[in-house]
Amino acid sequence: MSAATEAIVLPDSVDVVEPGRANWSLRVGGVLVGLVVVVALVSFVWTPWDPYLVDGTNRLMGPSSSHWLGTDQFGRDVLSRLMVGARTTLYVGIVAVSLAAVGGIPLGIVMGMAPRWLQTVLVRANDLLLAFPALLLAIMFGAVFGASTTTAMVAIGIATIPVFARITRSGTLQVMSTEYVLAARAGGRSAPAVAVRHVLPNVTSLLLVQASVSFAIAALAEAALSFLGFGTAPPIPSWGRMLNEAYSVLAVSPLQALWPGLAIATAVLGFNLLGDGLRDRLDPRLADAR
Amino acid sequence: MTTSTTPTPPDGDQPALLEVRDLVRDFPRPRSSLLRAPEPVHALRGVSLDVRAGQRFGIVGESGSGKSTLLRLLAALDRPTSGTIRFRGREVTGVPERRLGFLREDLQVVFQDPMGSLDPRMKVRDIVTEPLVAQGHPDRLGRLDELLEAVGLPARAADRYPHQFSGGQRQRIAIARALSTRPAVLLADEPVSALDVSVRAQVLNLLADLVDEFDLTLVFVSHDLSVVRRVCDTIAVMQEGEIVEQGPADRVTTRPEHPYTRQLLGAVPSLERALAGQDAAGLAAAAGAAAPGADADREVRR
Repeated sequence: MSAATEAIVLPDSVDVVEPGRANWSLRVGGVLVGLVVVVALVSFVWTPWDPYLVDGTNRLMGPSSSHWLGTDQFGRDVLSRLMVGARTTLYVGIVAVSLAAVGGIPLGIVMGMAPRWLQTVLVRANDLLLAFPALLLAIMFGAVFGASTTTAMVAIGIATIPVFARITRSGTLQVMSTEYVLAARAGGRSAPAVAVRHVLPNVTSLLLVQASVSFAIAALAEAALSFLGFGTAPPIPSWGRMLNEAYSVLAVSPLQALWPGLAIATAVLGFNLLGDGLRDRLDPRLADAR
Repeated sequence: MTTSTTPTPPDGDQPALLEVRDLVRDFPRPRSSLLRAPEPVHALRGVSLDVRAGQRFGIVGESGSGKSTLLRLLAALDRPTSGTIRFRGREVTGVPERRLGFLREDLQVVFQDPMGSLDPRMKVRDIVTEPLVAQGHPDRLGRLDELLEAVGLPARAADRYPHQFSGGQRQRIAIARALSTRPAVLLADEPVSALDVSVRAQVLNLLADLVDEFDLTLVFVSHDLSVVRRVCDTIAVMQEGEIVEQGPADRVTTRPEHPYTRQLLGAVPSLERALAGQDAAGLAAAAGAAAPGADADREVRR
């Protein structure tokens, strides 16, 4: 048989890393997110003070050697509360994004693989939900089920499902038009097998980017809800809650509002940059443009 | 001039493996006017043909002639607007996917673009054995080694990803996958058109050798008559969704009956013609002039 020499030569390694082009979004985003995660983890084993310790003699103090970021109007240590608040932010982000992914990804795949008429119905319904603001849903949930961290993150998660469904569908349509899906069907693969073996692995990078961006939105939404009183209930520390409490003493002690504000900005910026960086890294279409 | 659009009658007791009758496929065009439904694109306008066991059936035509549409219909990857396809006497058209097992096992496809037809996230091992997994065959790994050897790839290729191979190698992987279920029929959709000229001959020879070795029936689609002439014994020429000429490869390439076939032949460069100072364009023009009916035919159709 004329199995030719061309087939025998295989490269031993393939260099897929493009030469020295720094991905600053990814690096800065990674560092900021890493900072928030480390602070949250450290808060489990150590905080400078007990975050719930009320001290009537040391109210609204400025930064000092004993209270590095000062104390609030109840005399509680601000740094300790910020550290514990990072947990709340991450907790809400993780649960909300997981909920959105678990609901949205299968829905998006169905929206990309179902018969044409069903696709049309589902896409229209999804667009309708997409137009519904997350904050409004969360406020409704808060009014019905009572304000708590749980209602806030469930509401944010549910409101994010259509976002994931939409992005998954666009990826699914792209994968379904490829010849490898045709080849899989010609090989006898059923539709569910195509979804799991071909569609899902090829849309993951798209979803990773979306997860990071949604995480930032969820963190911001939690802060906003807690600020409005529909999120985390006192005395549990949450950055949005701290901002709300600082608001009432803004004229006396403006620094109180600065710290949680900075913390929220750091987390949101970090996750957004991380998402951007991941997009640059993972999206092959952008890789070509580089 | 006679243009035979009727299928060649099956000789004697040899029944046709693939019977295609009056196949029509229209694709809807997006609506551009509010009041008038748009005229659909007629990709196939009533195609009939028979492919007998052991035949090497070539389908030639320029891009847009409907040859790839025909091939997808043969593989039951698309549904015709009307007409029927029978495989071993069993109806294929309109049969739900779960009852197409007989076809999936016995008929496989090699696609045009070997980058696009291999999932970039799968290892060669999983790509090649995919039809075996899908159809629940035992002893996949033993078969994997056989297949890689048959297409001339080393066993260690199994642990690599498609992007680590050249175009010719990738097409070998696609061929190995197509052969995994020991099919009776291999459909090839422009299998060498995306490859460098230097490796086309190798892949074509490999394909021809494998067809011999495994007693395959080959349906080979290409825009390039010189490629089809090399591997096929029967040729059907397609133009604008119809088969305009069909017959033994020798006859079609030496004594073409339809002006369009002559045009395609004229586009094939050859050494003698090149030495005589003629180029492909000149020859095509000469073929067109020799058959004045050709252009008129096409006008009428529009």
